[in-house]
Amino acid sequence: MNIVGADARQMARLNGREPIVRFVGIGKTYDGVTRVVDELHLDVERGEFLTLLGPSGSGKTTTLMLLAGFETPTAGEILLEGKPLSRVPPYQRHIGMVFQNYALFPHMSVDENIAFPLSVRGVPAADIAKRVERALDMVQLGGFGRRRPAQLSGGQQQRVAVARALVFEPKLILMDEPLGALDKQLREQMQLEIRRLHQRLGVTMVYVTHDQAEALTMSDRIAVFHRGKIQQLDTPEQMYEYPKNAFVARFIGENNRLDGKLETHADGRCTIRMTAGDTRIDGTLVEPVKNGDVVTVSLRPERVQIRAAGHTLNGHPGCRLAGSLQEIIYLGDHVRARVVLTSGGEFMVKRPISEAHTLPRIGAVVDVFWAPEHCRAFAQES
Amino acid sequence: MLRGAAAALHAALAGADDDAGDLRRALRRSRRREQLRAAALVLPLFLFLAACFVVPIGAMLSRGVIDTDITRILPAVTAALKNWDGRDLPAESAYAALIADIRTAREAGTLASAATRLNYDVPGFRTLLFSAGRQLPAELNGSARDALIGIDPKWGERETWAAIRRAGGPATDFYLLGALDLRRDADGSVVGGPSEQRVFRDVLGRTLWISAMVTLMCVILGYPVAYVISAQPPGRAGVLLFLVLLPFWTSLLVRTVAWVVLLQKEGVLNSLFLSLGIVNEPLKMIFNRFAVYVAMVHVLLPFMVLPLYSVMRSIPPSYVRAASSLGARPFTAFWRVYMPQTLPGIGAGCLMVFIQALGYYITPALVGGADDQMISYFIAFYASRTVNWGMAAALSIMLLTATLALYAVYNRLIGVERMRLG
Ligand SMILES: Nc1ncnc2c1ncn2[C@@H]1O[C@H](COP(=O)(O)OP(=O)(O)O)[C@@H](O)[C@H]1O
Ligand SMILES: [Mg+2]
Repeated sequence: MNIVGADARQMARLNGREPIVRFVGIGKTYDGVTRVVDELHLDVERGEFLTLLGPSGSGKTTTLMLLAGFETPTAGEILLEGKPLSRVPPYQRHIGMVFQNYALFPHMSVDENIAFPLSVRGVPAADIAKRVERALDMVQLGGFGRRRPAQLSGGQQQRVAVARALVFEPKLILMDEPLGALDKQLREQMQLEIRRLHQRLGVTMVYVTHDQAEALTMSDRIAVFHRGKIQQLDTPEQMYEYPKNAFVARFIGENNRLDGKLETHADGRCTIRMTAGDTRIDGTLVEPVKNGDVVTVSLRPERVQIRAAGHTLNGHPGCRLAGSLQEIIYLGDHVRARVVLTSGGEFMVKRPISEAHTLPRIGAVVDVFWAPEHCRAFAQES
Repeated sequence: MLRGAAAALHAALAGADDDAGDLRRALRRSRRREQLRAAALVLPLFLFLAACFVVPIGAMLSRGVIDTDITRILPAVTAALKNWDGRDLPAESAYAALIADIRTAREAGTLASAATRLNYDVPGFRTLLFSAGRQLPAELNGSARDALIGIDPKWGERETWAAIRRAGGPATDFYLLGALDLRRDADGSVVGGPSEQRVFRDVLGRTLWISAMVTLMCVILGYPVAYVISAQPPGRAGVLLFLVLLPFWTSLLVRTVAWVVLLQKEGVLNSLFLSLGIVNEPLKMIFNRFAVYVAMVHVLLPFMVLPLYSVMRSIPPSYVRAASSLGARPFTAFWRVYMPQTLPGIGAGCLMVFIQALGYYITPALVGGADDQMISYFIAFYASRTVNWGMAAALSIMLLTATLALYAVYNRLIGVERMRLG
C-alpha cells in the first residue's frame, strides 16, 4: 500500500506537479528563546498521507497550526499551491481540520455541524441537505443527523468531525491526534477507516500523532519531529529499516542499544570497540563520524538470533556476543528472550512463536548473533 | 465438604425471598439515616433563615392583604355593615353602632388609627371621624342617622359607608389595587384611581425600564471584559478578576457618594472638562437618569462579569478555531459558534443584574432626580415616612412577584440548573 503511495508520488514528481504545500525555512518561537519550529523545510505532495510523528512538545501541533493559520511563523514562508499564505486568514485557506477534542459545536445537531462550512459559504439549502447526507453516509453515520454531539459515542463524534472537515471538499485536511481520546480497539478501527477514506477521496492529509504504530499503519510518508526539526522524512518501511540517526532509531520500533567508539570505517562498513568489555563488533555506519568518536549502535530485537553457547549457526550472520538467558516472555504471536551480556548491558531478542521450543533454557549461557547490515551505528544523540 | 456447600446453597436459595425483603429494609434504613444526617446539617441555617428571614418578611408582606384595624377599633359598625346591601344608606342600627364605636375608641385612644386607615381610602375621612367624635352630644335623643348627618352631610353618602365596609377586613385587596393605581368604588367594582394619584404604574414601568437598561449596558460593557479575562493565562486572569471584584471592598454607599463627588456641578469631571475647554458651562450630570445609569452599572457590573467569565473559561479555543477553519469569518464564528455557548452566562448575569436592579434604592435616591426614583424608594417612603405598612407591603409584593416571574421565565428559557455564578 505504501509502495503504491510512494510510486504515485514518484509519478507526480516526474509529471512535474508541484507539491501542494511547501514549508520554506519556517521558524516559530513563542517566547523568543526556544525555537519550537526550527528552519523547517517540508514539501507535502498532492494526494499523499503525510504524518508528523514525534514526542510530545516536539512542535508537531505548532507546525499544523502554522499551516492552518492559527499561528504566524516568525521566519520563512508557507506556500499553498505555490501561493504564499502569510496574508491569507484561516477562513480563506480552505483547509479542513480535525481537532483532538473534535470541537463539534455542542449547541448544534450533527446535521447543523456538518452543514456549517457549507452554510457559511452560502451554498443553497437544498444542496446543503444533499451534501450533508452524503457526508454522513460516507462515515457510516446515516440517520444520526438530528442528534446532538453529546448524544454520540467518542468514535461517532470522531466520524462527525471527519465528515465536517471533508464536506466542503477542501484541498487539504489536517488532523491533530484525532484518535488520541479513543480506546485501543476503536483507535485501530478508525485508523483503517481514515486510511480508506483517504484512498477513496484522494485528498491530501497531514496527520499528527505521537504514536509510531499509528504512523506506520496509516502513512504514505512520515516526518519524524524532534526539537522542532525534522529528523527524517521517509516511507514507513524506510523509516523502520533504515533510520538515519540515533533519535529516529530509538523513537521508532524497539531497539537494543550499545555504546562504543568507532575504530575503523570504510564504504559504510565499520568496526566499533564496545565501551563495556574488550569486544569489537562490525556494523553499518549511517552518519559521518570520525574514527575514535563515541557512537551508539542500534539493533532491532527481531534481527537477533540466539543459541546455547557452543552451538554454531547455519549461515553465520557475522557478529556474536556472549551472555546468559535471564527470562523468556511468551506473547502469543512471538516470544521474547532477555539476555544479560557478559560484557554488561541487556539484550532483548524477539523470535517467531515457531522457534519457541528451540530456545535455550533460562539460566543457560548463550550467544546472540546478527548480521552487520542490521547493526547500525549513529553519532551519539546530543 | 462439597456436600456441606451444596446444603448451604439450598438453604440460601430457599431463603432468597426473605433475603430480598431484608435487603430492601436495610437499604431503606440506611437511606433514612443519611437523610436524617443531611437534615441535621442544614437545620441550623434553616432555623436561622426561618427566624430572621421568612417569618419577618412574611409578616411584613401579609400587611399588604390583611386589614384588621377597623374590625378591632370599630367592631360594632363593621358587624352591622356585613348585611348592608350597599344600594341605599345603611340602616339606623349601623349609625347607632358607629356612634357607640366612636365613643369607645375615643376613650381607648384608638380612634386615630382608624382615622388614618380610612383616610388612605377617602381623603378627608380623618376630619370626618374626629369631628363626629368631638361634636356628638353626650346623650343622643332622636335618630342616630340625623345626628351624624347633622354634623357632616358626608355621613349621608353611600361612599362614606362603603369605605368603612371595605376596610372591614379581614382580607383586603385595597393596597394591591392601589399599587396598580386601581381602587374599588362604592359598588365594589374595580375602577381607576383619581388621576392625580396615579403614580405606581409609572413607577413600576420606570423600575423595569431602568433595570432593563442597566442590564443591557452591563452586558455590552461586561461581555468583552469577561472575554478578555477568560483568554488570559490563569495567573493573570486571577489578578484581573480580583480587580473586577475590587469595588466590593468598599460599601455601596461609599461608591455611590463617590459618583456624587465625580458628577456634581462643581465635581471632578466638570472641573476637568471646563479646564480642558471641552465645555463652557458645567454639564448637568447628577440628579438625573444619566447619573442613575452610570452609578448602577458601575455597582452591578461584577455580577455580569463573573458568570460570563465562568462560562467563557470553560469554552476551549478550538471551537472558534474550528469555525474559522471551516470558513467562518470572525464575526460569523463569534455569532454562530461562540456566543450561543455563552448564553447560560448571559442569562445568569442578566438575571442577577436585573433582579438586583429592580430592588435598587440607595443609588437612585442619592444620584437620581425626582423622576428617577424606583419602586423601592416608594416602599421606603411608605414604610418609614408615612408608616403606611399596607402600601409598603403591597409594593413589595409587586416587586417580589416581578422577581419570581423573571426567575420562572429564565428557568423556562435556559434552566436554573445551567446557571453558573462564578
Ligand atoms: N501557544 C503557545 N504559547 C507558548 N508556548 C507554546 C504554545 N503552544 C505550544 N507551545 C510550546 O511549544 C512547544 C511545542 O508544542 P507543540 O507544537 O504543541 O508540540 P506537540 O504538538 O509536538 O506536542 C512546547 O514546548 C509547548 O510548550
Ligand atoms: Mg500536540
